[in-house]
Amino acid sequence: MSEVLVVVEATKEFGVKKVTLEMLTLARELGTPSAVVLGGAGAAEALSAKLGEYGAEKIYAAEGDEIDGYLVAPKATVLAELVKRVQPSAVLLASAQEGKEIAARLAVKLDNGILTDVVGLAADGTATQVAFAGSTIVKSKVTKGLPLVTVRPNSVTPSPAAASPAIEQLTVSVTDTDKLAKVVERVAEQKGSRPELTEAGVVVSGGRGVGNADNFKLVEELADLLGGAVGASRAAVDSGFYPHQFQVGQTGKTVSPQLYVALGISGAIQHRAGMQTSKTIVAVNKDGEAPIFELADFGVVGDLFKIVPQAAEEIRKRK
Amino acid sequence: MNIVVLVKQVPDSGADRNLRNDDNTVDRGSANNVINEMDEYAIEEALKIKEAHGGEVTILTMGPDRATESIRKALSMGPDKAVHVLDDALHGSCAVATSKVLAAALGQLNADLVICGAESTDGRVQVMPHMIAERLGVAALTGARKLTVDGATLTVERQTEEGYEVVTASTPAVVSVWDTINEPRYPSFKGIMAAKKKPVQTFSLADLGVAPTEVGFDGATSAVVEHTKRPPRSGGAKITDEGEGGVKLVEFLATEKFV
Repeated sequence: MSEVLVVVEATKEFGVKKVTLEMLTLARELGTPSAVVLGGAGAAEALSAKLGEYGAEKIYAAEGDEIDGYLVAPKATVLAELVKRVQPSAVLLASAQEGKEIAARLAVKLDNGILTDVVGLAADGTATQVAFAGSTIVKSKVTKGLPLVTVRPNSVTPSPAAASPAIEQLTVSVTDTDKLAKVVERVAEQKGSRPELTEAGVVVSGGRGVGNADNFKLVEELADLLGGAVGASRAAVDSGFYPHQFQVGQTGKTVSPQLYVALGISGAIQHRAGMQTSKTIVAVNKDGEAPIFELADFGVVGDLFKIVPQAAEEIRKRK
Repeated sequence: MNIVVLVKQVPDSGADRNLRNDDNTVDRGSANNVINEMDEYAIEEALKIKEAHGGEVTILTMGPDRATESIRKALSMGPDKAVHVLDDALHGSCAVATSKVLAAALGQLNADLVICGAESTDGRVQVMPHMIAERLGVAALTGARKLTVDGATLTVERQTEEGYEVVTASTPAVVSVWDTINEPRYPSFKGIMAAKKKPVQTFSLADLGVAPTEVGFDGATSAVVEHTKRPPRSGGAKITDEGEGGVKLVEFLATEKFV
């Protein structure tokens, strides 16, 4: 079977991200998965066990400051060289900021089509995409070149399939043009032990109804009891209740968890755009006419400051 | 500084949006078409840089005739002039071909700085800034929540999932911005009146030296095979809290095995 390249998404703190495991699972349906690690020195070694566990038969690595010290361009150059050499049957990247950016450059370098926000990929290269805030399902195909797709997190259930990949170090020959955008500093912001928002199985979000930044503790408490991530509506972010990187919606993150809990969120289109493909939706809002209830599988009309602490207490009792 | 802002006209994300049944492209005919929201932040950032450092701000739009409305709206915020890439052959163009056309137009505008929104609300593909930078061989500083200009040196703060990165480059460069970067101004009455007289130059594909076969459906590198409207979600049980709302909520979560 032919090779399918999976460009690895990982973080220093948590290692291989779940979307990478999803891509490896998807790649196994299409051919033989090879993982591609583009990062700092020693990155591939640290990730190899996990990548093998999910079926990576081989790991290509390009590492060091030449790769990691600049914004995406060197990564795209290395990847383009690899694609030309191994002629894979598909290239998969994560549908997140960096994955899309690398894919964008790769598409231009290879004069190859690109499909983003893919939630499924058939063996014949037909991709399924969700468009217009989840309201339209699109089947599409790359018609020039190989299937170059970015895969949206939480699209596939990762399943392990043991392999023992060897690491092949790639020769890094990036050009001066690739080094125009220099990363001078990386600052980690406090995140705690919660799962990453786009990858979480459970997301608990707060909106304007939460009232102030301090009250977001209630949202966080419920998220922690459910092992979930915390999100916020644009109204809550604009009011300064919660940081922007947790915004769910049209101009924020798109999430598709198993369970989405909306607290004090009216459900404006802006917000629905980012969460309406969630599997189960639960809402608490004092306004019984709020549009969020049109989506909710279970809704409670009432005061969230009474309902949420009671729910938290009930979960503790059951644990 | 010579600044070009990329502006895209999109169907209003606050209303029902559709793909056309005949050719699977975005239905712009029956939609309320507006400036892509993120682009307003790009315009604002360009105007702030001009106010602080001098220079000129040009709007660049590729789109059909009716995109003129969005160009005038953009100009009413304060930019000096606009360029409209308008050609019937462009209908059906993919992202790769679009980047080719925009890069060709930018090649004629000698921009020191290209600013655009990080993504459009219709496609949300997020690839255009890097595609254009790749073609022009210039730096791309993308996803900026803060931009500082010091002479020819640009520094941005870029939000990542772990925190943020500080990235720097020299002009010429492409910068894309999120809506956290500023608060776009509203056009003043004076601005709206002035916009009517500002120059809007039209470029055809021939003006840009791009062949019609390189764009549109003929030149597309990807194709939509089919699309279907997803059935709208229907609401489930809705109860009114009478003192036991929290417990009932957890009971529901338990039946769904979340607790």
